[in-house]
Amino acid sequence: MAAAALTDHAVEIAPGVHWVGALDPHLRSFDIILKTANGTSYNSYVVRGENGVAIIDTVKENFADDFFRRLESVASYDEITTIVLNHLEPDHSGALPELLKRAPQAKVYLSSRAQMMLKALLKPTGERPPEYIPVTTDDEVDLGGRTLRFLHTPYLHWPDTQCTYLVEDGLLFTGDIFGCHFCDNRLFNDTVGDFRFSFEYYYAHIMRPFREYVLDAIALIEPLTINLIAPAHGPILRHAPRDYVHRYRELATPRLFNEARSEKTLVVFYISAYGNTRRMAESLAAGAESIGGVRVSLYDLEGGESGIFTDLIEEADGLAFGSPTINADAVKPIWDVLSSLTTVNIKGKLGAAFGSYGWSGEAVRLIEDRLRGLKMRVPVEGLRIKLVPDAGELEECRNLGEQLARHLTGRVEHREIDMAALA
Amino acid sequence: MPKAKVTFQDIGVTVTVPAGTRLIEVSEKVGAGITYGCREGECCTCLTKIVSGGEFLAPPSILEDQVLKDNMAPRGHRLACQAQIIGGDIVVKPA
Repeated sequence: MAAAALTDHAVEIAPGVHWVGALDPHLRSFDIILKTANGTSYNSYVVRGENGVAIIDTVKENFADDFFRRLESVASYDEITTIVLNHLEPDHSGALPELLKRAPQAKVYLSSRAQMMLKALLKPTGERPPEYIPVTTDDEVDLGGRTLRFLHTPYLHWPDTQCTYLVEDGLLFTGDIFGCHFCDNRLFNDTVGDFRFSFEYYYAHIMRPFREYVLDAIALIEPLTINLIAPAHGPILRHAPRDYVHRYRELATPRLFNEARSEKTLVVFYISAYGNTRRMAESLAAGAESIGGVRVSLYDLEGGESGIFTDLIEEADGLAFGSPTINADAVKPIWDVLSSLTTVNIKGKLGAAFGSYGWSGEAVRLIEDRLRGLKMRVPVEGLRIKLVPDAGELEECRNLGEQLARHLTGRVEHREIDMAALA
Repeated sequence: MPKAKVTFQDIGVTVTVPAGTRLIEVSEKVGAGITYGCREGECCTCLTKIVSGGEFLAPPSILEDQVLKDNMAPRGHRLACQAQIIGGDIVVKPA
């Protein structure tokens, strides 16, 4: 199959619509966290109407020359009336300051939350911000015979993100959603190499923490007539584009039916050297289970893998972590789990910590600080017990479990306290 | 020192606080569900619904007002990292 993007010319993806992006085949990791075995692409598009030309997104700054050469092959700068910014991350806005210099008459359309990012982006140039218009779902720009309609699709994967729909042609410019880090100069999904792994890998690492927002976006996208999806990275999806929308819905939906869906779920993780923290975990779990409406799961961190635990954590309403203190710290398997959660959304989940200790007992407070840092709520002070818990102390563990369950089910008794009494 | 009462509706806790306390100082200590990002009034992560007693919070600064507007915050919402309690009874919950 012939390469579509071997020259400096724009590539037509639909009548009057061109790809003017750039290929980055030598990139091997993106944003530190993502592997890119054959590089990536930065996709930018030109849409020509009877009354003007629109540019949809730009490219990473050091690929600006490729972008401008391709752009110049299909449009002159004085024709550009409209610049749409679906996402302002630097890999899509890197050429924007220069584009604004070359087409100062263009109006910029972006989401409301992108405005502050635009100002920050242009700060080093010293240039006055261009005329920009915040838009939301169903706002439109008329290019003359062609209409760009916006879809407010935030948090995919920044607060600023949006999609843009070319109404008459059924083309959807989606920013990062439906994209992937995959570089192939054949450009289109029906001509490039097998990129399916990259598509799913990208979802798992970029979109998964925002899966509720993914489902909101899909609800806006599914009713549209879609002839082609033009993402900001990776292949242009012209063959069976709806399959990719469907796949996103599958990826954003839990795989198996959640049998505990009618209840709140509390997952208790523990690790124990001598069985003391384990006994605390068992009592805590029993206490939580005794409160109706809460389904408790108990796991020993020594018996699992962090990927599985991440899946469990994503689905849980509440999480309790039990660790002994060894050399003034919580133990490594706890930190392994608590440092593996960037791919899931845990903001606002209920968190708690507990553990047995021999001498100083720092682990519980350190875990609580980490849970707060992860934006979880920690409404009940954790429990530290010196070495072997006795019957009374196991009852305290049980009480902690009951309190957590009450918080999960909204049945907490109202308390009045003085701030001076808080640690 | 004048005192105020702030109730975190999501966790059912009322805290007596000295006037001048910011919501962030007490909500974190008490473990309420308000979450924080930048803590400097820019990111809007800590958007909080003021259920009642909004008049007992110091008025928003120009910066907070702009951030609330940019983020299309509904009426009766404040940034917990910025909102300062000046007295009375206030009831809040995460937005």
